[in-house]
Amino acid sequence: MLSKKELLDMQFIDARARLIDLAAFLDRLERHGGGDDVRMRYFKDALPILMENRPDRAKAVLEKFSDHSSQLSENAPFQGASGAPIS
Amino acid sequence: MSYIEPHAHMVSRTTDDYERLALAGCEALCEPAFWAGFDRSSAAGFYDYFRQLTEYEPKRAARYGIKHFCWLCINPKEADDPGFAREVMALIPEFITRENVLGIGEIGLNKNTRSELKIFEEHVQIALDYDLPVLIHTPHLEDKLKGTKIILDSLANFSKLDRSKVIIDHVEEHTVAHVLDAGYWAGMTLYPESKCTPSRAIDILEIHGSENIWMNSACDWGVSDPMAVPKCALEMKRRKHSPEMIRKVTYDNPAKFLSQSPRFKL
Repeated sequence: MLSKKELLDMQFIDARARLIDLAAFLDRLERHGGGDDVRMRYFKDALPILMENRPDRAKAVLEKFSDHSSQLSENAPFQGASGAPIS
Repeated sequence: MSYIEPHAHMVSRTTDDYERLALAGCEALCEPAFWAGFDRSSAAGFYDYFRQLTEYEPKRAARYGIKHFCWLCINPKEADDPGFAREVMALIPEFITRENVLGIGEIGLNKNTRSELKIFEEHVQIALDYDLPVLIHTPHLEDKLKGTKIILDSLANFSKLDRSKVIIDHVEEHTVAHVLDAGYWAGMTLYPESKCTPSRAIDILEIHGSENIWMNSACDWGVSDPMAVPKCALEMKRRKHSPEMIRKVTYDNPAKFLSQSPRFKL
């Protein structure tokens, strides 16, 4: 396993770029017109997880974007997936 | 390095991709039956698709020294119409004994509907009847966690099912433990946008270990990369994983699982 410093040397710039890209995405959304979208509610709910002191942030973010119901659907409302449980 | 690509939809890829796979060391690849990106209008469309998987693709792969295997089913995206699904499933016996057919897959769920589950269970029964392995697709994005739990609950009802002959694919951080803890194999799909990135797949290996798990590109007609497995192997090397560990997850593990099919011969 790599040391923390070795991992940072390898991945810090990439992670920094992704964080800036995320910030720019939020800025971009704010500049554009239109109403609220439920997908962004899930998105903003997930952001605080990044700051939590826990070893399973990726799992927690994925769970935040998941449908937690358990019953089967009678039919498929649409074929794809939107990334957040919108229906 | 030599490796096995255990999940690739080559009918959607170019011959150049076969060459790239061969240059990267791909020794064998396995092609589950899947959605074509559009709904086929008749069972006859699947008849031609099954011929493509069992006759044409093995020849195309062989030109680059790659062994081609496949899995048969009607995929969950087209399984929401049970009548249509059963028409397609009725074709399976004609193809199931062909020399490159490994088992039944990729079956599973897409939007977690009642009909999808019924057809999924009928497919599992076919696999049991022929004593063949099963490859299971789990749903996308927000539907994955729920679908994985439904699939696991359903499989638990098959008392004669050997869990070591079942691989549940497209696991991510929130589903991998559910699958491995229940005694099934797990597949990680390396996608640029959805599913796992190489970095995250390696995290999963570091956290959950390297037993009963493989990685695949699941390259198809969408955003995907046929080179994902060798790229992930390179990333493992950069993260100081041993050559033995890299070999285990990219070759030994797929070979071990797939060898449970009598037709998997390297």
